[in-house]
Amino acid sequence: METLHSEEMILNIGPQHPSTHGVFRLVVTIDGEQIVAADPVVGYLHRGTEKLAESLQYTQIIPYTDRLDYVAAMLNNYALVHTVEYAMDLEIPERAEYLRVIVMELNRVASHLLFVGAYLLDLGAMSPFLYVFQEREMIVQLFNEICGARLTYNYMRVGGVKWDAPPGWLAKVRDFLPHMREKLKMYDALISGNEIFLSRVRGMGVITQEEAVAYSLSGINLRSTGLRFDLRKKRPYGIYDKFAFDVVVGQNGDCFDRYWCHFLEMEQSLNIVEQALESIPDGPVLGKVPKLIRIPAGEYYTSIEGARGELGVYIVSDGKDKPYRMKLRRPSFVNLQILSKLLIGQNMANMIAILGAVDIVLGEVDA
Amino acid sequence: MFSWQTQPLTGLNFIGMVIGAVVVLAILLLVVMYLIFFLRKVVAWMQNRIGPNRVGPWGLFQSMADVLKLLLKEDIVPAKADRALFLVAPIIAFVPAFTVLAVIPYTAGHIFTAGLNIGVLFYIALSSITILGIVLGGWASNNKYSLVGGLRSAAQMISYEIPLGMSVLGVVMLAGSLNLTTIVQQQATDRFGWYIIPQIIGFVVFMIAAVAELNQTPFDLPEAESELVAGYFTEYTGFRFAFYMLTEFVYLFAISALATTLFLGGWLGPWLPSWLWFAIKTSAVIFFMFWLRATMPRLRVDKLMGFAWKVLIPVALFNILLTGLLSLLV
Repeated sequence: METLHSEEMILNIGPQHPSTHGVFRLVVTIDGEQIVAADPVVGYLHRGTEKLAESLQYTQIIPYTDRLDYVAAMLNNYALVHTVEYAMDLEIPERAEYLRVIVMELNRVASHLLFVGAYLLDLGAMSPFLYVFQEREMIVQLFNEICGARLTYNYMRVGGVKWDAPPGWLAKVRDFLPHMREKLKMYDALISGNEIFLSRVRGMGVITQEEAVAYSLSGINLRSTGLRFDLRKKRPYGIYDKFAFDVVVGQNGDCFDRYWCHFLEMEQSLNIVEQALESIPDGPVLGKVPKLIRIPAGEYYTSIEGARGELGVYIVSDGKDKPYRMKLRRPSFVNLQILSKLLIGQNMANMIAILGAVDIVLGEVDA
Repeated sequence: MFSWQTQPLTGLNFIGMVIGAVVVLAILLLVVMYLIFFLRKVVAWMQNRIGPNRVGPWGLFQSMADVLKLLLKEDIVPAKADRALFLVAPIIAFVPAFTVLAVIPYTAGHIFTAGLNIGVLFYIALSSITILGIVLGGWASNNKYSLVGGLRSAAQMISYEIPLGMSVLGVVMLAGSLNLTTIVQQQATDRFGWYIIPQIIGFVVFMIAAVAELNQTPFDLPEAESELVAGYFTEYTGFRFAFYMLTEFVYLFAISALATTLFLGGWLGPWLPSWLWFAIKTSAVIFFMFWLRATMPRLRVDKLMGFAWKVLIPVALFNILLTGLLSLLV
């Protein structure tokens, strides 16, 4: 009798695929439905932001950062201006700092909301996606009022923010908070206990603490393993040391923990916004900044806690008004590296659950 | 009562039968088209959306427009597909879907129902043929997503057909007949009332297996768009794609009608005309399935088979035992 001949199959997932969250390609080798190897191919959305930045003045780079992690553009804006301010040793008006914190944390909520919706969509539940968009829409509307854009905000400037909050805006944010908390409770009740959902995410794609550190993961991917590492606490930038909030950590480092951390982090962000609203002072929103921004020659790196992890900007300056070289540490790109390892030995059906939980945004992966 | 089966096969009778069949088929096609509309509206309401409301009053002609669009689309056959199989597969899937509707008794008069003595068996046997169409379609497309989707379908539908068949056995034991018309008539006089009461376990198993048979959420793995793009019909376009879509919705209607007939007393009910009762009950079952669609995430593929073999089949077997004991003792 002949032995049954079976062979592995190479499956190209993407770059056009409904649940790769953009133009991401994953070449998986499958044996039956089991994944033997997975090879992520990135670069389909590469726009050369870092190279472009070399021929742009620092203020002109800000709109380019909007296009990195396009669901959390406020944080990207801040990452850049923060590094420039750090390099120039600028004094930022108090009110501007508060406004920054408010919009950044709101943006974090919007981004995490989108994660929850999109993740459930990946797992085959369509409704949560449409529900979370309602709350996201409110946040986006708030942003629209403060900076005139819904997605690419271009709100921050070196030395402050471009616009002060319009009259009544802060009150609107204050009204939004209890609404959002209520909705979070509802989503939690509807999703987090669902048996089918749990069976798909519990114990799935487990990352150990050592692996997470070895792969240089950051953000929720790192915290889900139980490591209490949040740059807002570890290396407080801006005025984050003024606020009381918890760093949310998981226990098992599985997909469920990552999902759950997103949920809890939204609550913490709302707490920060609430505290910021209480103590926001009056005053100017843009500090005294020279007309032409020049960074003293040297190398500068600062990083902030982005929506997806450590979002760092590294600038090499030769003293001119444009960076000699700019490097972006994009958390999505770094976090993506562990995907191949997580996928090996998994079933095809779990691939999407794992990829979704790593939470990448392709604009940020490809820069 | 008038029945076609007792009539001699004359020319006039033959024409009558053909006309009757065409009328029933046309009505059902209309019903199925509005099922799609119903699905979109129901799911839209559950998701705080409006749903289709542009084509015709309240969007009532949306499905017509969709079908028309699909008919006008180019019928693309992939270059490396197995041409003959690719072309014939949707038809193999589609024909049994309509054939099984022949045995469903819609009204008390059931003039155009084939009063087969083995109606239940006929339904289950014919509906299995559709799997063949799905597997062939997936295989002939020469597309990896289609292939995986087709294979998943085959595994899933074959696995769930067993509990589906077993859950029906309880009803058959109570009614003492495989004839669907007789089963409904029995429910009118049964001391427990409609069979959903004595056969509640069977009903639950039946509904779960039915949802899985239909590849509906949460069992929609064969066409899991987030994994397999569109599953077995990824490569299909135009009216062949429409065939697969229609098959799905015809089965949705058929299995809801079967559930109504077996467990919910079919056309039985006071005051209203029998066909209306049948329509109400079937709609309720269909609504339940749409409800699932809007609320559930997708099951994991490895849990799916385990669930059928380790949970549903033992429960269905237990139900048969219980029914046997009950009819012996009570």
